[in-house]
Amino acid sequence: MLSVTGLDAWYGSAHILQDVSLEVKRGEIVCLIGRNGAGKTTTLKSVMGLLPRVRGSVHFDGQELLGLPAHARYGRGLAYVPEERRIVPGLTVRENIRLGLVSSPIRSREGQVIERIAETFPRLRERLDQQATTMSGGEQQMLAIARATASDPAMVLLDEPSEGIMPVLVDEMFELFARMRDGGTTLLLVEQNVELALAIADRAYVMDQGRIVHADTARNLLADPRIREEYCAV
Amino acid sequence: MTILGFPPDLLVLQAFTGLALGAVYVLLAVGLSLIFGMLTVVNFAHGAFFMLGAYAGVFLLAAGGNFWVCLVGVPLLVGAVGLFVERFLVRRLYGRHIDDPLLLTFGLTYVFVELVRIGWGKQALPFDAPEILQGTVDIGIGYFPLYRLFVIGVTAAVLLGLWLFIERTRYGLIIRAGARDPTIVRVLGVDVGRVWLLVFGLGTGLAGLAGVLAAPLQGVSPEMGTTVLAEAFVVTVVGGMGSLVGGIVAGLLVGVTVAMSALLLPEMSKVAMFLLMAVVLLLRPQGLFGRAGLMS
Repeated sequence: MLSVTGLDAWYGSAHILQDVSLEVKRGEIVCLIGRNGAGKTTTLKSVMGLLPRVRGSVHFDGQELLGLPAHARYGRGLAYVPEERRIVPGLTVRENIRLGLVSSPIRSREGQVIERIAETFPRLRERLDQQATTMSGGEQQMLAIARATASDPAMVLLDEPSEGIMPVLVDEMFELFARMRDGGTTLLLVEQNVELALAIADRAYVMDQGRIVHADTARNLLADPRIREEYCAV
Repeated sequence: MTILGFPPDLLVLQAFTGLALGAVYVLLAVGLSLIFGMLTVVNFAHGAFFMLGAYAGVFLLAAGGNFWVCLVGVPLLVGAVGLFVERFLVRRLYGRHIDDPLLLTFGLTYVFVELVRIGWGKQALPFDAPEILQGTVDIGIGYFPLYRLFVIGVTAAVLLGLWLFIERTRYGLIIRAGARDPTIVRVLGVDVGRVWLLVFGLGTGLAGLAGVLAAPLQGVSPEMGTTVLAEAFVVTVVGGMGSLVGGIVAGLLVGVTVAMSALLLPEMSKVAMFLLMAVVLLLRPQGLFGRAGLMS
């Protein structure tokens, strides 16, 4: 589904990503772990087309994405939930969801989409006409996921979805990711909450200083305390 | 009975005159605000687009059109010039310091004014309202020029349409969201560059409409955009940058202030609106409606 090969990326003159290669197969949850500043967020941004200077190859669904603007990548079925959630102030919950549909061919079925989202995210149902930024952090995170998935993308990039969220909601969210995968959506997940993430992921890559330093199945990594201590201790 | 030495119905009529003047300011300020809110471009050429609107009207009339053709054709023509300016000039300056597009549009003003002088001469030209809109109408307290009433009506209709567009359509949703966070709009599949292009065209088209509406009130001259630009900026600042409601309230307020001061304190009339702005800025630095959402 997604195949990143030899990816280099720069912020200004800082060479952030160096020769990053990773692969996500259709229907997988793949997790990217590593310390703060290891390059996880930059990897997601590069895949989504948000960095000005990137070299290498990003193949998605049989097509090269490099060179395409971010909006065109969304059109190919690649969605992105940024770390800061970026719920738009001044808009209601429903309007934020509609924003995920404005460019989509299924926008004429808005009613159905909102009904599907209300079923998947019961917390959003009674808040549809509320100002979105009045909701709690966890609810806003749910909304960010609902918005990114409104157009039914083939793959979703998620950056630190559990950050700053009540534990009870975190569990709910990871269950949701597993359900999304079972529903056929492919996920690439950046997470600090390594234990929970590996519990639902199929495979994981470990990043350090802008490089992939380790790759294995989630099960093997979970069983390897050395990896956890070395890369995930906060 | 008199108030400050004037009969009350004269004061009310003068206030109405201010509303018509204010309506023109509102159309200008709304466009300025839209362009600033979305593109962070302070469009110093807005007055020039206003002037182009009046001359586009002159051009269409000479080409055999009538006033009604102008009302539709002028915003389209001027908006098209705006599209061209964004696509080939302003666009190159995105991501740079805010002064860069400001200087560019400032310079464009001179280019437009000179081009118009070459095309139509330096003299001011008359511009007649259509016969059906000439004369006065009894509004209960006295006779009021029908054309001014018409300007207020057209502005109200355009604003209603604009409000429906921004609040009820998906393009409006993109504009409201894009003004706050262009990045999220991009990653949700919207070509933000195209939205900016259209917003610039829309804003300049509104300036053109304001120009052709103002032409019968003040005549047409190459410099007509210069003074009105200052007024439009005052309105935008008083109302709050990026606020549609603020633009409407402040536009009418500034219009009435200008008209009333011209009657009551003629020697103060040039300064009155700046005094108003100073007072508002002291009490609410963000403008009357500056805290409300962009274009909401």
